[in-house]
Amino acid sequence: MSDPQRTYLDFERPIAELDNKIEELEGLANGEAAVDVAAEITTLRAKSAKMLADTYANLGPWRKTQVARHPNRPHFRDFRKAMITEFAELRGDRCFGDDQAIIGGVGFFRGRPVMVLGHEKGHDTKSRLHHNFGMARPEGYRKAIRLMEMADRFQLPVLTFVDTAGAYPGVGAEERGQAEAIARSTERCLTLGVPLITIITGEGGSGGAVALASSSYVIMLEHSIYSVISPEGCASILWTDSNKTKDAAIAMKITAEDLKAFGIIDEIIDEPIGGAHRDSVQTLQKSADAIERALDKFTGLGRSEILSRRKARFYAIGRTAV
Amino acid sequence: MNWLDKLTPPGMKKIFSKRDTPENLWIKCPMSGEMVFHTDLEAGLHVTPAGHHMRIGPELRFRYTFDDENWQIVELPPVPADPLKFRDHKRYTDRLKAARAKTGNADAVSVAVGKIDGIETVVFVQNFHFMGGSLGMAAGEGFIRAAEEAVRRKLPMVAFTAAGGARMQEGALSLMQMPRTTLALQDLKNAGLPYLVVLADPTTGGVTASYAMLGDVHLAEPRALICFAGPRVIEQTIREKLPTGFQRAEYLLEHGMIDAVVERKDLPVTIGRYLRVLLRKSAA
Repeated sequence: MSDPQRTYLDFERPIAELDNKIEELEGLANGEAAVDVAAEITTLRAKSAKMLADTYANLGPWRKTQVARHPNRPHFRDFRKAMITEFAELRGDRCFGDDQAIIGGVGFFRGRPVMVLGHEKGHDTKSRLHHNFGMARPEGYRKAIRLMEMADRFQLPVLTFVDTAGAYPGVGAEERGQAEAIARSTERCLTLGVPLITIITGEGGSGGAVALASSSYVIMLEHSIYSVISPEGCASILWTDSNKTKDAAIAMKITAEDLKAFGIIDEIIDEPIGGAHRDSVQTLQKSADAIERALDKFTGLGRSEILSRRKARFYAIGRTAV
Repeated sequence: MNWLDKLTPPGMKKIFSKRDTPENLWIKCPMSGEMVFHTDLEAGLHVTPAGHHMRIGPELRFRYTFDDENWQIVELPPVPADPLKFRDHKRYTDRLKAARAKTGNADAVSVAVGKIDGIETVVFVQNFHFMGGSLGMAAGEGFIRAAEEAVRRKLPMVAFTAAGGARMQEGALSLMQMPRTTLALQDLKNAGLPYLVVLADPTTGGVTASYAMLGDVHLAEPRALICFAGPRVIEQTIREKLPTGFQRAEYLLEHGMIDAVVERKDLPVTIGRYLRVLLRKSAA
């Protein structure tokens, strides 16, 4: 279905052209010659749908990166609204400020009390600035630590939604100990006596993602990415050519499929044809189902069992089946 | 051509040709530009007369840190080679080979057990000369091994960090060393054993954002660059010149991230002072 609000990615241009043509014809269809045009529209729609399906059946790592960053992709706010009832936000790190690049709070997930945390990128210019494009500063990670602390005390499972290009690289962030904040947040994930379930919804950017994703169980959406450095960063450092992003994206093995093969993630959620942004309702539903299944795996387990399973999970990475 | 070339007859030039004076006999101080003779540099623990702390590998670090030559190297576990089959201009395997030939080490980290100021300690050293000290699977396993050795023998652990960050050629497998090393530290902490970090130049990226910032005590060598995002990345992001001294050891001390900036010659005694109290071993 064509949508005038839709943002097409550069590799989707042939599909965009078809969709525009369909739209033009639909305009004509209201006038005379309606019968001929209707047949034409049906053919073109079928063609557009096939083109979309073919394109998305074979997305390379760089195209996936673009889909993962798509502005209309469901963001934390959408996941939170769809999954969490009676959400009550918790703000601030109690040291310096409240970083809206990471949102957190308590609520109910399908009837279970939980702590929820996630990167929020924003959906328009104003909200993007408010959330600093999902790039957290130390106070964001320190808020995460505070909330995980609380979850541990009240026996609340923690759900984290990861979608960040990375931690914010700025003077203030460095001054206030960005590295220390990330290290402590990672450590807090790993010392949680309650289950921590992570879903990487878009970009899993380096240390900024690890700080919320050092979890008991890690799920990725089909077209999301998880990477040690952005393809742009890797290209400019190793290829000394920032145009080599595609090569870097391929070489670094950043797709959900690759990461599942390495044992770095546990599960992949299929996205609708054309990506999560083309049918976010379905994506949100499937994500919630996956989270519920993951939570069930840890139900009834004691603190020490949860800790030792998490440790075994991470220690196995690289030791078995690389 | 410099003035000396102009004055020297052609025959004389051959006598003083480069071949006869290997360039590594004289080392240029990056801080003052002064040329320092190699024996003087070694006598000064690879600190130039101007006070610049040269980057050093594990052999020198062990020698400068332990009380005597009787340290034991801890064997580190092998890891899968090049799991991503990574290649940019060069193959990752070729880069590894070159780094091994250059340093004589298997990878970027080495671990040894020896005495620091009389206290038996597990020492982990990261070598910036080996692919920028980068944290890959080998370094991660090395760190875990070091922490396990400390727990098994009930010894404190000291980590000398120096790295450009995670090893990109190992993709997310290198990223996973952040949580993996952090887990290893939990065992050390649960065993009540002290963990000290000495941040050497440069300590950046995923290394700073994991075990380098999780010490009970953080020391740093003078003027060491210590950061998460490097100065170039920040400059590109904010498009501003950075303040002088930004992200140097002294700046981190001022901002509460480290406990002391310590000259190389004073490190063993300083480490010993902290360890003795934490281990309840009074010198008196």
